[in-house]
Amino acid sequence: MSPKPLEGIRVIDLCVVWAGPFGTMLLGDLGAEIIKPENPFVFQPMTRGAIARPPQILADTAIAWSGGVPGGKIGDRPWDYSPTFVSLYRNKKSFTVDLRRPEGLDVLKRLVAVSDIVYENNATGTMEKLGITYEWLKEANPKIIFIRVPAYGSTGPYFEARALGVHLEAVMGHSLLRGYSDADPSSNTAIYSGDYLAGAQGAFAAMTAIWHRDRTGEGQLIEIGQAENAAAMFTQAIMDYSLNGNVQGAITNRDVHARALQGVYPALSPGTSATMDDRWIAISIEGDDEWNAFAAAIGNPAWTADPRFATNEGRLAAHDEIDAHIAAYTATRDDYELMHRLQAAGIAATPVLEASRMFGDPHLRARNFFRTQTQRSSGTYEYVGPLWQLPETPVEFYQPPVMFGEHNEYVYREVLKVSDAEYQSLLAGGHIADAYDPSVP
Amino acid sequence: MQALDDLTILDLSQHIAGPYATRLLADFGANVIKVEPPGGDIARRLGPFQGGEPHPEKSGTFFYLNCNKHSVVLDLKTAAGRDALRALAAKADLVVESFAPGTLDRLGIGYEFLRDINPALPLVSISNFGQTGPYRDYKLNDLTLYAFGGEMYSMGETDREPVKMAGTAALFESGAAAVVAMMGAIFASKRQGNGQQVDISLAETHFGGVDRRHATAIAFQFSGRKTLRLASHGGGMPGGIYPCADGYVDFTNAGLYPDRVADMLNYPEWMDDPRFSDPGQRLNPAVIEEWNANFIGWCIERTKREVWDEARRAKVLCGPMFTMEDLFTDPHFRERGFWAKATHPALGEVTLPGRPLIMEKGGWQLRRAAPLLGEHTAEVLSGAGLDAAAITAASGGSA
Repeated sequence: MSPKPLEGIRVIDLCVVWAGPFGTMLLGDLGAEIIKPENPFVFQPMTRGAIARPPQILADTAIAWSGGVPGGKIGDRPWDYSPTFVSLYRNKKSFTVDLRRPEGLDVLKRLVAVSDIVYENNATGTMEKLGITYEWLKEANPKIIFIRVPAYGSTGPYFEARALGVHLEAVMGHSLLRGYSDADPSSNTAIYSGDYLAGAQGAFAAMTAIWHRDRTGEGQLIEIGQAENAAAMFTQAIMDYSLNGNVQGAITNRDVHARALQGVYPALSPGTSATMDDRWIAISIEGDDEWNAFAAAIGNPAWTADPRFATNEGRLAAHDEIDAHIAAYTATRDDYELMHRLQAAGIAATPVLEASRMFGDPHLRARNFFRTQTQRSSGTYEYVGPLWQLPETPVEFYQPPVMFGEHNEYVYREVLKVSDAEYQSLLAGGHIADAYDPSVP
Repeated sequence: MQALDDLTILDLSQHIAGPYATRLLADFGANVIKVEPPGGDIARRLGPFQGGEPHPEKSGTFFYLNCNKHSVVLDLKTAAGRDALRALAAKADLVVESFAPGTLDRLGIGYEFLRDINPALPLVSISNFGQTGPYRDYKLNDLTLYAFGGEMYSMGETDREPVKMAGTAALFESGAAAVVAMMGAIFASKRQGNGQQVDISLAETHFGGVDRRHATAIAFQFSGRKTLRLASHGGGMPGGIYPCADGYVDFTNAGLYPDRVADMLNYPEWMDDPRFSDPGQRLNPAVIEEWNANFIGWCIERTKREVWDEARRAKVLCGPMFTMEDLFTDPHFRERGFWAKATHPALGEVTLPGRPLIMEKGGWQLRRAAPLLGEHTAEVLSGAGLDAAAITAASGGSA
């Protein structure tokens, strides 16, 4: 392997669910060593799955990204192969320790002493209850960088509010700004874009702080108030209120910059939405030249010659009417065929690609996007690839989604260099384990 | 000092994703030289505009994306423009661009041109589908990006068309992914001497996971199951989106902690009802419907803020659906000092979202408002050693 940009940087990953683990995944992709301490006696819901030992009915009925386990069967070690977990835990190491006990905390403290970053996004108060504070970390390592991701920040009236990404999006305005313009907000599907935005910015903050440390010798505390972090995504609505006092609402699939026209139209479908075989084509037409090119690409049917449609203003006024014409054209045509036809004419058009279909996409295949990974608990599958390509320092998936306690030997013996006597004592105390304790449901 | 104030970024990118990424670098101290064509970044033509009338210096979108940057106008189609670019690249630590693939090479200022200036200088190229592959020249915008690479298929009601996120959220997510790669390229350059052309496909930032696609895809590989498009109607105790006196509140997953819900409602007798407390019955649609009928009554008597007050007290997962007016006037964000202000020659004093994160040392600062078109052309190019005639020629006569 070529040297990686973050070679030699060690990160302790005390993260849960999505926002934190996505950040440490990006750091791991760039070559940082990510070490996740895990507690054999405490299961963190929504990280290695909903619960440690889920009943089969959960695999059969829970939404696929949560319940879609290998072969559809919950077998041994279900905590190793929840879809959300495996999609975030490549290039990471796992060891076990019970941080609720003094000797467990001491293990963590020794790991902090030889690490660069501690990264956590637990509910407010969780770390403090364990005794893990920035002051405590600094005792172990004065140069440590501590990244925290409290939902609403560590101060202010809402600092203790419990939240998942979806709740933050509600508070920051996203939930009222998205969805169908002709339906009430209960037509919204739960969304977690802010978790990913905060994860990416956590990785950015980690590298910015390492840069600062290398220049000054100083570590520091970083707070990512996840709600505040999400604000940028709604820039147009925020700035419209700021500049004009306008309160924007949902616009379905139309353009927030009022370029007409765009929408999502039915395509020829092999099945229905009930079997998730309905197909749709997203089309975006910007400006009069693209409108003319679009009309030509679909054979200049008579309706496209309506002079009202010749200008952006006219198309905006007649958006619904034109949508109906386009839908009639697209409904009998294959979505990929439509994409190629319209893209050849310079129009942004893509299928609304249901996730499973990406594995057959020729472009992704041509770019060798997928990565085959084999994990002992789940088997061999094709995983989605990295978010960017750095040709001289490529992202490699050298570690498949990490199994619970997979790196106990490495962390205890090689990194912490514990004595045989202490290793045996920690083993006897249940700190070192390769599975959740039977008492964990 | 600011953490990144020893870095100079030569930023040729336009529109939203690239400028959002370089705005983050600028916010933490980097000297970002934004190179605009003589007509300006296309984001200058995107609303919302102050007063509603299009004006290149009054776009709220451009303003937000370009605070803390310098604007230099270069006509890269001329030899003088390219000479100026060479002088700027010689002092840069990173170059960023978002032209259609092949454009820079056609202009003779592609990666090889930059490598000849400085072999360790990284170039980050942001494009729709990447620099290679059969869709290399295909177009994308926020809608089609989210449709193809993102989770759109699973968003909305089962019997209706899939629906996108707000605004151009998908492009902002891609920008956040891009800044991570930019920092990676800077580390590879400065720590290991590796220059390279980083290839960022907007589509791959979404395929690769900025919004759950990686999880829905592997769920299918694992089990053959797909992720249904389904609205979050109230289907728990409580779970979903509920109306209240002045709007809506979202209670996703609150039913995992029935004792907290009982505390929130202050109706402990609900929990004594065996139908509401028996874990088996709690999955029964008829029981859920009856419970929800009671609960909607409770919500309707309260405003969204009052519902959230009770939820926060009892540690129940809940979010009130705020409008932008709610957000701007909310005491929490004001008390925390979230909002920032900048004064701009055309817009006057503007309030905008402040720090995306708080670093106690070397952190976020708003040093200047977004630049006027070409505001820094003369200053930056003379600093790079160009004389007045060369500056005028390079900028297409605009300076």
